[in-house]
Amino acid sequence: MSEILTKARARNVFYGGSIFFVVVFVALTAQSHRHITQTATAGMELTDEVRHGKHVWERHSCINCHTLHGEGAYFAPELGNVMTRWGATEDPELAYEILDGWMKAQPSGIEGRRQMPSFEITDEEMRALAEFLRWADQTDTQNWPPNDAG
Amino acid sequence: MKYQSQKVAYAYFIAAMGLFAIQVLGGLLLGWIYVSPNTLSEVLPFNIVRMIHTNALIVWLLLGFFGAAYYLVPEESEREIFSVKLAYLQLAILVVGTLGAVGSYLVGIHGGREFLEQPLWVKVGILVAAVIFLVNLSLTFLAGRKTAITNILMMGLWLLCLLWVFAFINPDNLSLDKMYWWFVVHLWVEATWELVMAAILGFLMLKLTGVDREVIEKWLYVIVATALFSGILGTGHHFYWIGTPGYWQWIGSIFSTFEVVPFFAMMSFAVIMVWKGRKNHPNKAALLWSLGSSTVAFFGAGVWGFLHTLHGVNFYTHGTQITAAHGHLSFYGAYVALNLAMFSYAMPVLKGRAPYNQVLNMASFWLMTGGMAFMTFTLTFAGTIQTHMQRIVGDYYMDVQDQLGLFYVMRFGSGVAVVIGAILFIYAMLVVRREVVKPGPVIKDAAVPGE
Repeated sequence: MSEILTKARARNVFYGGSIFFVVVFVALTAQSHRHITQTATAGMELTDEVRHGKHVWERHSCINCHTLHGEGAYFAPELGNVMTRWGATEDPELAYEILDGWMKAQPSGIEGRRQMPSFEITDEEMRALAEFLRWADQTDTQNWPPNDAG
Repeated sequence: MKYQSQKVAYAYFIAAMGLFAIQVLGGLLLGWIYVSPNTLSEVLPFNIVRMIHTNALIVWLLLGFFGAAYYLVPEESEREIFSVKLAYLQLAILVVGTLGAVGSYLVGIHGGREFLEQPLWVKVGILVAAVIFLVNLSLTFLAGRKTAITNILMMGLWLLCLLWVFAFINPDNLSLDKMYWWFVVHLWVEATWELVMAAILGFLMLKLTGVDREVIEKWLYVIVATALFSGILGTGHHFYWIGTPGYWQWIGSIFSTFEVVPFFAMMSFAVIMVWKGRKNHPNKAALLWSLGSSTVAFFGAGVWGFLHTLHGVNFYTHGTQITAAHGHLSFYGAYVALNLAMFSYAMPVLKGRAPYNQVLNMASFWLMTGGMAFMTFTLTFAGTIQTHMQRIVGDYYMDVQDQLGLFYVMRFGSGVAVVIGAILFIYAMLVVRREVVKPGPVIKDAAVPGE
């Protein structure tokens, strides 16, 4: 073993193999980038309002309680399919109204319930956030989650 | 300490342990909020505490890596660090940046990409600190003796600093955002950090066991080869459900299955080196942490990672408490315990004294490791129930969470053990000045019982 596998050989296999896998990974990533923009997220236009909504989502650090497409914190419900749960995937007005009503009712203050903070969000931002969540919901996520519960 | 400039590591380790304390106290508070959700809900909501918990963890691990590099590169390269001043400047930038980030989280200023919430000025500060670090250590490395340990360490550190660039790239398209986000997150913890881990582990084995350098270095290359061959395409296990193509389900499943290999190899490597090595090094605590780190990393990253990495399983477990269980044990085993191994080894040398407080230090190992193991079990059980109720039966999220209360109480209890262990570790490192239990006499060539 020690004659066939010398230190120099082990090192060369490490460098050569790593370069090979990096090249494969970069090529697949490039293809995935195209797939995302042209297929997976093509169901709804990426408007300025959706962009604005993503910034609202980020500014309030929603990801550190909720998951979005299963990624984030596990303290609060999945939101990648929240518009499906609300039956609002095709209805911007309904999406806005439910979201606005829900968020303005927080925090509930009920003893023993997890508390969502009260966020200072304007009407325009709330509409943008609703559009962002509708946009996320139409993404082709290979049929994940398994059911509407998220 | 052979080289005066190694002393900078001391400051890095102190700063790292300070953030370690902040991290585990934040974790304890989060565990309590799970049990009693109204706690501080208006002043300090869950999402803010979680940012502090995760960010403090990442920064202190990095400070530990940087400190370890400043400690071992001079010794391996057989020369002083290029510039001690730059090393302190780098530390100052990182500490100011981290405290600035924590402060701005508390007043509600933060980004919204998980783990990368730092305000832009802090991100730029980290970039500047990384450049200083790379320049400083590369000049030291290039001028001196090159060994496999420093080759692998420097390669890991260079790549992890370069990948930080993706922290600045935030596409408007959520799916693209997620895909490139993993370039930092996955390619750090499941690729480049593993190189750093292997290099530090190799250095510790070299010092603690006295096994021949040739043997250690050859196996190091084998280990890091398996780490990158599996870890790079293993990124695919994060590309199952975020809008990326379906072929990642196959690539991710196959290659991330092989991600168990480097962790199994590191565990076997550590155990065999200790077995073969004849050196009776007095620093038993460092040895315990080194073996413990590679073993717990195998279970946390290897076994618990594999548990939910196949796409057919992950379809149901993705984003449940199973993920939380894996996250805690893998970070603890691979990176927390390894850093504590390095601190345990280097602190006595940096302070110019014999290794003492072995008993307290080893007690802290068992407290923390026991606590983390128990936490992992409770979260795994919670996650199993959650997966069944929510993903199979289809019950709503909060209805399911209400059924998991008992597990969250037990998780809080295990968190208390971890925090006590962490404080005990820091205390043993910094405060006590004598051995608390007198060691027995060393008998040379003592007959092994039963032989």
